[in-house]
Amino acid sequence: MVVLFYICAALAVTAALSVVMQRTPVYSALSLIVVLCSLAAVYLLLGAEFIAMIQVIVYAGAIMVLFVFVIMLLNAGRESSSRRSRMARWLGAPLIAAFLLEVLLTIWRQFPAKSATPSAPLDAGPAAIGHLLFRNYVLPFEVTSILVLVAILGAVVLAKKEQE
Amino acid sequence: MIPLSHVLTLSVILFVIGAAGFVFRTNIITVFMCIELMLNAVNLAFIGFSRHLGNLDGQLFVFFVIVVAAAEAAVGLAIIIALYRNRRSLNIEDLNSMKM
Repeated sequence: MVVLFYICAALAVTAALSVVMQRTPVYSALSLIVVLCSLAAVYLLLGAEFIAMIQVIVYAGAIMVLFVFVIMLLNAGRESSSRRSRMARWLGAPLIAAFLLEVLLTIWRQFPAKSATPSAPLDAGPAAIGHLLFRNYVLPFEVTSILVLVAILGAVVLAKKEQE
Repeated sequence: MIPLSHVLTLSVILFVIGAAGFVFRTNIITVFMCIELMLNAVNLAFIGFSRHLGNLDGQLFVFFVIVVAAAEAAVGLAIIIALYRNRRSLNIEDLNSMKM
């Protein structure tokens, strides 16, 4: 089981690098689907069955279909070579590396691998999640429904052709 | 058992890859996909802590993050379509003014 985690982690990191490296957006999108599916497998290994299913259905299914659809609608081809200011390259890379080092140091100091005490396995099925969602998190849930409604209306209004 | 630090390390690596893509890429759709990658890295950290602390609340947060990401993707892609219709370009260097 632990071996499976490392296989999925390696797959996720490789595919994530591919998302960033690919010049063609369609290849990036397909690599992102690989990342999402391997992350779903990691969620399963961590005992979050419901979230793993949601990840595959909503993320890898619905959201990525939207991405691929827009890429094909806009006929996005290869990215032209960058003529961006050098500041992003000279300032961005060291800052990102510093961030990575700092967070890794904090994690390894705060949570040494030996001291990990796995608690009793959670019941993370749909029933448990649903109970929590509709008991403790009713208000956020309702607000989310309004958010989704606004997003639907906003997307329709934005993508509609303007009439003269 | 999978140690928490390894889960968090994977999460940080994915987040940093997404941030690097956000800084270095110029295609607006790729930049948008890098944002999704960063959201997923944060979700992984939530799941790891939920497991570590024996608490389901972290998984609820991931649920909400996924819903917000779906709304964000719908609105963001609609904005990209509107931008492309006006500018005929997907390069973020051509999209640097708010006036159409």
